[in-house]
Amino acid sequence: MKELMLTNKAIARGAYEAGVKVLSAYPGTPSTEIAENFVKHDNVYAEWAPNEKVAVEVAIGAAIGGARAMACMKHVGLNVAADPLFTVAYSGINGGLVIVVADDPGMHSSQNEQDSRYYARSAHVPMLEPSDAGEAKEFVKLAYEISEKFDTPVLLRETTRVAHSHGMVELCQREEVGVKPYEKSAAKYVMMPANAIKRHVVVEERDRALAEYVCTLGCNRAEYTSENEIGVVCSGVVYEYVKEALPSANVYKVGTVHPVPVAAIAAFAKKVKKLYVIEELEPFIEDTLKAAGIDCEGKALFSLQGEISVPKIKAAFGLKAEESASAEQVPARPPVMCAGCPHRGVFYVLNKLKLTVNGDIGCYTLGAVAPLSAVDTCVCMGASVGMAHGMKKATDGASRNVAVIGDSTFLHSGVTGLINAVYNQSGITLLILDNSTTGMTGHQQHPATGKNLKGEPAPVVLLDELCRACGVKDLAIVDAYDVKAVEKAVKAAIASPEVSVIIAQRPCALLDKSPKPKMDVVNCKNCGVCMRIGCPAISMGENGVVIDRNQCTGCGVCAAVCPFHALVKEGE
Amino acid sequence: MMNVLIAGVGGQGTLLASRVLGKYAMLAGKDCKLSEIHGMSQRGGSVVTHVRIGDKIYSPVIWEGSADVVLAFEALEAARVKHYLKNGGVLLVNDEKILPMPCITGAAQYPDGLKERLLGESENVYFVAAQAWATEAGSVKATNIVMLGALCKLCGLDKELMAEAVAACVPEKFRALNMKAFQLGFERV
Repeated sequence: MKELMLTNKAIARGAYEAGVKVLSAYPGTPSTEIAENFVKHDNVYAEWAPNEKVAVEVAIGAAIGGARAMACMKHVGLNVAADPLFTVAYSGINGGLVIVVADDPGMHSSQNEQDSRYYARSAHVPMLEPSDAGEAKEFVKLAYEISEKFDTPVLLRETTRVAHSHGMVELCQREEVGVKPYEKSAAKYVMMPANAIKRHVVVEERDRALAEYVCTLGCNRAEYTSENEIGVVCSGVVYEYVKEALPSANVYKVGTVHPVPVAAIAAFAKKVKKLYVIEELEPFIEDTLKAAGIDCEGKALFSLQGEISVPKIKAAFGLKAEESASAEQVPARPPVMCAGCPHRGVFYVLNKLKLTVNGDIGCYTLGAVAPLSAVDTCVCMGASVGMAHGMKKATDGASRNVAVIGDSTFLHSGVTGLINAVYNQSGITLLILDNSTTGMTGHQQHPATGKNLKGEPAPVVLLDELCRACGVKDLAIVDAYDVKAVEKAVKAAIASPEVSVIIAQRPCALLDKSPKPKMDVVNCKNCGVCMRIGCPAISMGENGVVIDRNQCTGCGVCAAVCPFHALVKEGE
Repeated sequence: MMNVLIAGVGGQGTLLASRVLGKYAMLAGKDCKLSEIHGMSQRGGSVVTHVRIGDKIYSPVIWEGSADVVLAFEALEAARVKHYLKNGGVLLVNDEKILPMPCITGAAQYPDGLKERLLGESENVYFVAAQAWATEAGSVKATNIVMLGALCKLCGLDKELMAEAVAACVPEKFRALNMKAFQLGFERV
């Protein structure tokens, strides 16, 4: 039976069909839907881990315990999980282990364009890259075969265009692989120097064996047209683009981006007029081929930035693109904080108090956008806390900066920064914007929501108790919609020499769909103060502001900032 | 081969519209690929979904000058992506105006007379009151299905098959409402 399926769902399906028993992941666009779809299958276990490092460690434990296991994350998540990755490459596995990593060329929803293929090379772990949903499902199964055949973790890489596209997928039965017996072997699983030195030898032998093996795989294949035509080496979604842009070219489709099937490509190169490599981001395959002495051209024609496209390929080869009108210049529609977003009032206060804000990763990064314009820095998950601490140390405590982090991000990696700030006494102020969900990635549960990945009740990590256990003595809990209380708490916290934590609570506005009284406008003086909160439900009319009743959630933040009491809840 | 580009504002139901077209392709025994972007752009930003239906589809993405139809759920979004249309392609627009944040703050102006200008650019431009018709059918949330009804008529697609695809993609309890919305879009465009 065939089904039109999202690639991330197809990866989940592939894991199911491959008999995967344990999956652990942290949400991250564009990888999130893998875990969400996998958990819907029967007889499997899947969970949200607090971060990617834990997710990979869970999967390693499950694999050494004998089950087929998977961990999923976005590209930057693999940085967090790099520590276990590099060493499980030495120890090897027992049951198969596949780590899915989703790169985001073009940065549709990310803070950088890192190319995760380098992890495969530097950790000595094979990496597969599918081109569409149907192939993704098959590649997952192949990845488990390789994992168990070569006693290695395997990386499966996808990019946003593959992860978030649908394609036809042929459904198959689940293969029940069972759980292999675990056998104690300190030499294999205890990676202390004496053992790891011996395992490194195994890793190098495995690399050599894999380099030969990948040349025999069907997922690495030449598609010949004519000896008089050029040859193009490509993988992933770029293969699809090449087939459209250069239909007469010979194509070498790479399925294992590490190790690159160099010997097979060398043979292909001899049968074509000239060899090109077309790949997104870094010249990973190109450099590999050049190092092997294969003459080819790639990044001389394409940028390291953004996504490849059919028009870009056509332009690089001097072909005419489809005729089209030029793009019309119209006002941009950037993402904004939703109407009723509980973060809005907090950023209004931080901007009003002219504080430097060390921000973090999540919806609340949008606090950087006008008119709130409150966020000064955003680097990576959890960075707000460490950076706020560093800024305080740099200025001997004089800087007027605060850290702002979401509940899910705090549990991911903010809590370690807080422990550092308490231990090393920087007296920072940390605001935890607790909206009881992982918002930006589409509302996933986490350890403080009281529910697990399946939506079943789960024990709750209490954020206030956690902070107190870290040694925080100055802690306030406020209602994020109570703008005055937020302002009072922030003023008190920044005046305090101690580390202060403010937990601003309110569930994400998109989760609470119960009908609520909306805002009415009465005798507006058109002063424009409410426009400074950047609410998409408020716009300037001729006789004062206008509330879009379809969008308004009645949160009342506009009323709290209005100096003339012109905004009131209906019925009040 | 048919390329449909669906443009709208996060939260307008563009994804469901693409799912219905995907189902239509399956029912018609065609190959199909859809491409969409989730994540940050969904927070009230512009969203674009690509639908490609044919005998064999490679790229999941539609490029400038290649769309047979642009299905726009908002007028400004129609203007933003209409250069994806091929010559003679159909621009079908939900007659609605949603101010983007730069227009709310006054940093930019929502273009005046946009509808009239777009209508004047080609005879293949259609504005439909999809929101009003959806409300008439029972829920404003069926705006996307009204749009699909209109698309089905304008592009001469198989009406029975599309109705079947709609029925398969909406929850059972809203099926009757959505079938009415589909019919209104088909009849009135």
